[in-house]
Amino acid sequence: MSVRSTIISQIQEVAKEQNNKLAALTDDTPLLESGLDSLAIAILVARLEEALGFDPFTLSDDIYYPVTLGDFIRFYEDVAKSRKVAS
Amino acid sequence: MLPSHVKSLRDRLAGASNCQERYLYGAALSVRLADVQAGTSASSWLSSLSGRSVLIAIRDQVAAALALIELDGVARRIILCPADLPYEHFPSVIASAEVDAIVSDNDDLKRRGIGAELHVSPTCVPAQHLSSENQATEWVILTSGTTGTPKLLIHSLSGLTAAIKVEANSASDARVVWGTFYDIRRYGGLQIFLRAILGTGSLVLSSADEPLADFLVRLGTHGVTHLSGTPSHWRRALMSPLAHEIKPRYVRLSGEIADQGILDSLRSFYPQAQIGHAYASTEAGVAFEVADGLEGFPANILSTGGRVELKVEDGSLRIRSAGIAVGYLNGETSSIADTEGFVDTGDIVQLRDARYYFLGRKSGVINVGGLKVHPEEVEAAINRHPKVRASLVRARKSPITGSIVVADVLLKDGTDQDTALRQEIVQFCQERLARHKVPTAIQFVPNLNVSATGKLTRHNA
Repeated sequence: MSVRSTIISQIQEVAKEQNNKLAALTDDTPLLESGLDSLAIAILVARLEEALGFDPFTLSDDIYYPVTLGDFIRFYEDVAKSRKVAS
Repeated sequence: MLPSHVKSLRDRLAGASNCQERYLYGAALSVRLADVQAGTSASSWLSSLSGRSVLIAIRDQVAAALALIELDGVARRIILCPADLPYEHFPSVIASAEVDAIVSDNDDLKRRGIGAELHVSPTCVPAQHLSSENQATEWVILTSGTTGTPKLLIHSLSGLTAAIKVEANSASDARVVWGTFYDIRRYGGLQIFLRAILGTGSLVLSSADEPLADFLVRLGTHGVTHLSGTPSHWRRALMSPLAHEIKPRYVRLSGEIADQGILDSLRSFYPQAQIGHAYASTEAGVAFEVADGLEGFPANILSTGGRVELKVEDGSLRIRSAGIAVGYLNGETSSIADTEGFVDTGDIVQLRDARYYFLGRKSGVINVGGLKVHPEEVEAAINRHPKVRASLVRARKSPITGSIVVADVLLKDGTDQDTALRQEIVQFCQERLARHKVPTAIQFVPNLNVSATGKLTRHNA
């Protein structure tokens, strides 16, 4: 499964568990308007660490907070790419 | 009874300057401080609350702020209910604080049979002056307890304001507009409310159901200069497309450990701002503020003397100051301070290169985005599940909320460890606990470490 599809399916799962109602998701959707609240985003990041094997927030040297869903997915994709190159 | 040097909040506001231009800004309602100075908004009910123990359960933050100003010096005791206090906790709070009057805009309270001898609705239209005899009102602040029932901490106004330096006559100062992501009924938010009222500025308050984006726009519209919140509040703000709506001169963090990541992010996002993280707790009050942009605090804070005395004993930070709470109202037999007057904050610190760093809580208390979670309460809920023998609840680090709650679960013999059971236990907890307390992940383990004293072995996060 691609990084993108893993993220989308985890978002749907966490939203369901947390009873968060998801907005229609596009890359331009601000993460905070996706329907996930802070706690749900925290859970999402933890689940993605298990699913993908890394957490870009703690890995990257630059402190970065993604604003849109597209930013969020790219943040993960970029780290996934650099890890592939490194290994 | 009241020492002559202790003035009520209203008396202190009476001497404040520039009130024509100072406001309490809310989502629905805004009030000019000059109008608050001019007279009471509560003439129809204020005298009937004199000497009473008054529960302030007002959803609107501006109305709640006005009630605090009205009732300090009038009521015997005021109990500050945050907007999100679950209804099930009201009866115990009312009983413990001997509440005999409620000020509330929430009709659900009456519908649910939560009441007191007297029930009044807050009013916000300033009216005539009402003279009253001042008394030293006890301020009661709720904080979380190990069993889930809130602990009630008594403070005095002089203790609450001990850390606040009031600039004498600051007509020359640039305009100050405070804002806070906190509820002012919580210690961190109350500090900002008092700073704004006793200082020279205005204050922008959020509303319970207000989307962050709307609040940021309002903060920007009112030109917020001083903004406070927990590191988690700030991380959330930085994830908002509207974080550029504000240009604060001063960014304040408190209520959670401020790590280098969030401090650096704020510095690069708001380069014009001074960034400070304050160390405070509901029990111990405001201890110090760190302004050098680095996590932890310089070791020499311990020896600088002054208003607050600090020491580290058995690895945890201890505080002695005029800001510590007077005592507990319920359930707690232990005193807040030791015989020498020091409060053990329970925060474990480690000294490295002349700087102290926070490692976590001695008691294992988990801080989820500024909300405390006692592992014992969560374990008790999990252990009620018929297939569970024991559990250990711990923190997992989160770049979003600082920590989240996870659990190691030991099942009864012969129980199958499957994903369905994991979900069943999570759901079991969801029915019994507030959302931030529910374990976000459950791991089945073959055993749990028990110490020689028969207690679960906890490791600090």
